[in-house]
Amino acid sequence: MHTKTIAQLAAGLKAGEFSSVELTQHYINRIQTFDNGLNSYISLTEERALAQAKRADERIAAGKAHVLTGIPVAQKDIFCSDGVKTSCGSKMLDNFIAPYDASVIESFNNAGSVMLGKTNMDEFAMGSSNETSFYGPVKNPWNVDCVPGGSSGGSAASVAARLAPASTGTDTGGSIRQPAALCNLTGLKPSYGRVSRYGMIAFASSLDQAGTFTQTAEDAALMLSVMAGLDVRDSTSIDEPVPDYSASLNNDVKGLKVGLPKEYFADGLDADVAKRVDDAISEYKKLGAEFFDISLPNTHLSVPAYYIVAPAECSSNLSRFDGVRFGYRCEEPKDLEDLYKRSRGEGFGSEVKRRILVGAYALSSGYYDAYYLKAQKIRRLIANDFTEAFKQVDVIMSPTTPTPAFKVGEKDDDPISMYYSDIYTIAVNLAGLPGISVPCGFVNALPVGLQIIAPYFAEAKLLNVAHQYQQVTDWHQQMPETFK
Amino acid sequence: MDKKTVEQIAHLARLDINEKDIPEYVTNLTNILALVEQMNTVATDSVEPMAHPTDAVQRLREDIVTATNQRERFQAVAPQVEKGLYLVPQVIE
Repeated sequence: MHTKTIAQLAAGLKAGEFSSVELTQHYINRIQTFDNGLNSYISLTEERALAQAKRADERIAAGKAHVLTGIPVAQKDIFCSDGVKTSCGSKMLDNFIAPYDASVIESFNNAGSVMLGKTNMDEFAMGSSNETSFYGPVKNPWNVDCVPGGSSGGSAASVAARLAPASTGTDTGGSIRQPAALCNLTGLKPSYGRVSRYGMIAFASSLDQAGTFTQTAEDAALMLSVMAGLDVRDSTSIDEPVPDYSASLNNDVKGLKVGLPKEYFADGLDADVAKRVDDAISEYKKLGAEFFDISLPNTHLSVPAYYIVAPAECSSNLSRFDGVRFGYRCEEPKDLEDLYKRSRGEGFGSEVKRRILVGAYALSSGYYDAYYLKAQKIRRLIANDFTEAFKQVDVIMSPTTPTPAFKVGEKDDDPISMYYSDIYTIAVNLAGLPGISVPCGFVNALPVGLQIIAPYFAEAKLLNVAHQYQQVTDWHQQMPETFK
Repeated sequence: MDKKTVEQIAHLARLDINEKDIPEYVTNLTNILALVEQMNTVATDSVEPMAHPTDAVQRLREDIVTATNQRERFQAVAPQVEKGLYLVPQVIE
């Protein structure tokens, strides 16, 4: 059952080939067998999952099923889930039982999906390798000496090893697309404001967006249909109609205009990764797509601008963790200031502290214009580059990452080298655009991802373009031998 | 960026950092600030700062109560409470 896509599983449930309880138990068994070596889950919510599965079977029998009713899903541990530990990968929230559901969790509950558990992640979503988690690193199912990417590393590894048919993630600078590329998955980051951030623990509020990990674009369409839409509880949620994302999947891509930004194929891109992306471009040419060389001239400023905007917003957002109302509190504080300082000093890990310090510096008196305001202006230039490009082309394609998965520990001592592993994904967040990574081949038995970027709210186009490629290639069907 | 600046920022952020980690923070922060310096290679005087990708503005709603009081529920996850109040070390002598 675990090799099937969501669409296939939904058909199986509907036809009565298996029940949701059987399906859920199958995944729980697989998690118990395989996850010790991967560490992709922080919490396994077995009892709750089986109870949800039983209710889903009743709903299916009553003919009231949604397409995702009875489908098991793994949720990133950044989404508050009522009555379940929601740690955000941090010691700070190791004791935090969320008292309410995030909108994303609520949406899956309403659809009748089954939550298998909460997946591992970089602490507060800050990282590109899933090595900053309080719960230890996640391993890449394709090679356990390698990282799965991050910050949604557990969400990616769990689906790559088929310990869940699909999972949710969040993407602030590439945290869905980068791990999807490194783990051979379809990873969708919707437009900023498309999916509610309510109950999703905030890292950088002007960049954070929830999305999905699936085997196929067809499955991503099903997942996004459940998650997307206006939510008045998130003031940045956008009131934009939600189309039927599945309806346009089969449109052909003949005459599709695709831009190839020269800055995304420059120095720093691994030659073998470039070849796999070229192969994908050849496939699209066979399907009738037309390619154009374009330029996004401010690309080189995206990592610098991001490393002001994201830390500044993180230092502000993480000020809520004060040891008073929830989360970790230090032992025997001698006064209130000591309570704040030691609770935060002991509760946060080193990358989180580093970013709080950068952000607090950038926002401190006298520096606001030089850093945060400057970075917001650079953001505008980066967004304008895309606006200009989309006057000429329908979508943009590039590699998702400059290299395949790197080794665990390889970039430990060099935060900046780690930051550059997101060089092709960050600009999309700064501009707020939707992007997707799809599997496009292997280099030394490690997966490579093709990134596709579309204009605001053109997720249906993105999914259509990705789906058409998956009709003529089978990279997305490959799974790591050890987990079959 | 020096030891004193790192200590000052850590104080502003109410973040306890270990004395032995300060040299590493000095190096890291120096490198990160050098990286972001690249922003100054472009003139942006006439550029409008971008706070929201689609320049959306805050939605307004009617001024009516929408949330219910869930004090007990929310305080169940607090480190220390008494009679519905959060407890912290004594603030005033």
